[in-house]
Amino acid sequence: MLKTEVLDNNGTYVDDLFARHGADVFDTQLTKDNIPTLWISRNKLIEILASLKKEFPMLLDLFAVDERLREHKPKAAKDFTVVYHLLNFSRCEEIRIKVSVSEADISVPSVISVWPNANWYEREAWDMFGVEFTGHPNLCRILLPPTWQGHALRKDHPARATEMDPFSLDEEKQAQEMEALTFRPEDWGMQEKTEETEYMFLNLGPNHPSVHGVFRIALQLDGEVVVDAVPDIGYHHRGAEKMAERQTWHSYMPYTDRIDYLGGVMNNMAYVMAVESLGDIKVPDRAKVIRIMLAELFRISSHLVFYGTFAQDVGQMSPVFYMFADRERLFGIIEAITGGRMHPAWFRIGGVAQDLPIGWEKLVRDFIDSMPARMDHYQKMAMDNSILKERTVDIGTYSTEEAIDWGITGPNLRATGMDWDLRRDRPYGGYDQFDFEVPVGNKGDCYDRAAVRVEEIRQSLRIIRQCLDNMPEGPYKSDHRLTTPPPKERTLQDIETLIHHFLNVSWGPVMPAGETSFLIEATKGINNYHLISDGGTTSYRTRIRTPSFPALQQIPLISRGLMIPDLIAIIASIDFVMADVDR
Amino acid sequence: MSELGTMVFGLVLILAAVGGAALVTWFERRLLGIWQDRYGPNRLGPFGVLQVAADMIKLLTKHDWVPPFSDKMVFIFAPTAIVVAMLLGFTVVPFGPDLYVIDLNIGLLFFLSMTSLAVYSVLLAGLASNNKYALLGGLRSAAQMVSYEVFMGLSLMGVVMLSGSFSLLDIVEAQRDQWFCIPQFLGLYVFLIAGVAESHRLPFDLPEAEHELTAGFHTEYGGMKFAMFMLGEYLGLILISCMIVTLFFGGWLGPWLPPLLWFCIKVFIVICFFILLRAAIPRPRYDQLMSLGWKYMLPLALFNLVVTAVIALAMQGQG
Repeated sequence: MLKTEVLDNNGTYVDDLFARHGADVFDTQLTKDNIPTLWISRNKLIEILASLKKEFPMLLDLFAVDERLREHKPKAAKDFTVVYHLLNFSRCEEIRIKVSVSEADISVPSVISVWPNANWYEREAWDMFGVEFTGHPNLCRILLPPTWQGHALRKDHPARATEMDPFSLDEEKQAQEMEALTFRPEDWGMQEKTEETEYMFLNLGPNHPSVHGVFRIALQLDGEVVVDAVPDIGYHHRGAEKMAERQTWHSYMPYTDRIDYLGGVMNNMAYVMAVESLGDIKVPDRAKVIRIMLAELFRISSHLVFYGTFAQDVGQMSPVFYMFADRERLFGIIEAITGGRMHPAWFRIGGVAQDLPIGWEKLVRDFIDSMPARMDHYQKMAMDNSILKERTVDIGTYSTEEAIDWGITGPNLRATGMDWDLRRDRPYGGYDQFDFEVPVGNKGDCYDRAAVRVEEIRQSLRIIRQCLDNMPEGPYKSDHRLTTPPPKERTLQDIETLIHHFLNVSWGPVMPAGETSFLIEATKGINNYHLISDGGTTSYRTRIRTPSFPALQQIPLISRGLMIPDLIAIIASIDFVMADVDR
Repeated sequence: MSELGTMVFGLVLILAAVGGAALVTWFERRLLGIWQDRYGPNRLGPFGVLQVAADMIKLLTKHDWVPPFSDKMVFIFAPTAIVVAMLLGFTVVPFGPDLYVIDLNIGLLFFLSMTSLAVYSVLLAGLASNNKYALLGGLRSAAQMVSYEVFMGLSLMGVVMLSGSFSLLDIVEAQRDQWFCIPQFLGLYVFLIAGVAESHRLPFDLPEAEHELTAGFHTEYGGMKFAMFMLGEYLGLILISCMIVTLFFGGWLGPWLPPLLWFCIKVFIVICFFILLRAAIPRPRYDQLMSLGWKYMLPLALFNLVVTAVIALAMQGQG
């Protein structure tokens, strides 16, 4: 049997790959999402990835898995696995390359030479799993503090504070921690002075009005000109991936809300779609349309925050108040439908939590009818303002190639002129039924990034209007046995549903063993939950790929040679949320 | 006015100016609130006007902290300089035909020199704080104020030519037939922009630029010392408004109403305009501000000067 036959579809380039490198180099694995998943040896890694780059230009994600306790292990797996998740744009295809290493010899060659954005991902994998990447220029902790002991996502690392010694901070330890935080320019390849000038190092953040959360950039300045910058993240790290290993598939939902905390149910979307693909659950049409409507409402909400803070960060005081007022009205609708506001945790495995309330149409219609006029007003107030244009046009430019190299997705990628939106090009969850346009920019500067988002608000309004006019009748939850919680009415009618209700609510649903991932076009770019089920009530490994993470990594590249105010405009324009970066 | 009268008036003026500056902070917040679809401070007293008192109490009772790494003497001196300079500036403003502390024959120059002195306050605060953000703020303000000073002075020379005097009383009297805002509209335009830059308010608030430099030159300041900067800034706002009214909008001149009331109404309108500017316009970048100043404002001021001179000479020839 040819190895490609194991893989359901997408045989062609895998055949090519086999022909180029020899089929015996690869081991295949079947996954629930039918993405070709190939295991290779680390000696071949660079060679194969470099040849794959022509076909799959983006390194979407790079992460590790601790396989040591996994019962349903793929046959090629040893103690740890490093996963390279690649993406092709023209055909919207993905491929996964896996490298397995044993605990005793835990090193993998670094792929920074192939993809520059591997830098932070590799640091994260080292930080969390202790996987060593040979050839990495500065393999140090990225999310956890530099003094952290152990590697947090390993299965033998405690998951809750009660499993560890009580925390205390005596003076000696405090001094050590302070010492560890000292910024040494040499570590980052920066000179303190040259013959002509002595540089100033400015610590922007973690508390600074314009870094949108807790984010720090160490700047090397010549006057006010940024010579180099080192972004430092991890201040918002809450161990979301580790928590997933303790929560049931169902009870993890509220944690996802707080990943991109401006995206609300958009996070639920990525997560439930992945869980549903694990459990082969088909969602009824009404639930799909409700989900899309809610997700688009949250896209508008997130973009409104962006719009307001963007104008604010270039020094315009008023717009943010108008946009927050609109967002407030929007939250009124969300509250009427879900009961929550920013984090409703309202999607469920197999559908949504409740049916839409009576009178929802009027609320939504009033909102989408009023918005276009408001958007015109904002256009005049903010986007057409000549000072705002002077501050943002041609500032922080990058090309499509650079964006792809650095793993930039979503509006930030479209601003470079790349006409690619997952909702249109590989529709998921019912987006194929909707009519909308994908706005693109052309220069990839701060202004374009904002303009793309402004237009996306209008397109989202269009999608919501279609949801409103064509809301299908029918159930809002699937009658699949893994739907959690199952439809309550029926539990009183037959014993079968009652048992499922009891199990799914008390233990949580048991997902069949397997591996899957699901890409969605979230508010800020591609969001992906890679889930590994070992046939239990909790996930064995949850990997959250977020769009903000690579966007921050790219900041030094686009801000060198500009001034501090430009850097602020760049930070404002890339629209990140620190919880989305650190997880 | 008798000597005693002048002293009493001077005292009243200081109180009025400081009280006015405090009121303007409240008024600005309310006005911004109305324009931005929100309320602003509206809880304490009628329309929230006692918010001013609450703010005072808060600022007065705050820990009076001098950072150990700062240059202490200068650090403490800096905020007083701006308040003193601005208050001195008020002495030459004629609030009515007989309402002024002193009528200097170089009144206009005195005003210009006092606003220039205020620069030192910002500059010294930036240097003395020994903080990188404050330093950057101080650098910016030095560059900004020095360059805007140049054409701020130049923009007023047209007015001086038309009225033939540096005395503010004479300048107001010279506007009996026609306010200078009409023949001197270019001068007014340049002076308005320079005035905003002088009082470093948004859009020209680069020395503090909250989104870039956290609080710029006064990053390290808190409590009363911070309040002094704020006071100085709002005094500056009122002073500039007073000067605009005096130089371009006929000062106290106006029919029916008493002169002082006319003066106050006009100043009030100019202040509202400044607040509207703050609400509406984003902040240009530091180098853009500089090039605006030297490339557009300075030539404009010079052009205004030459044209005014030619016309003034021609009129003299006729007369």
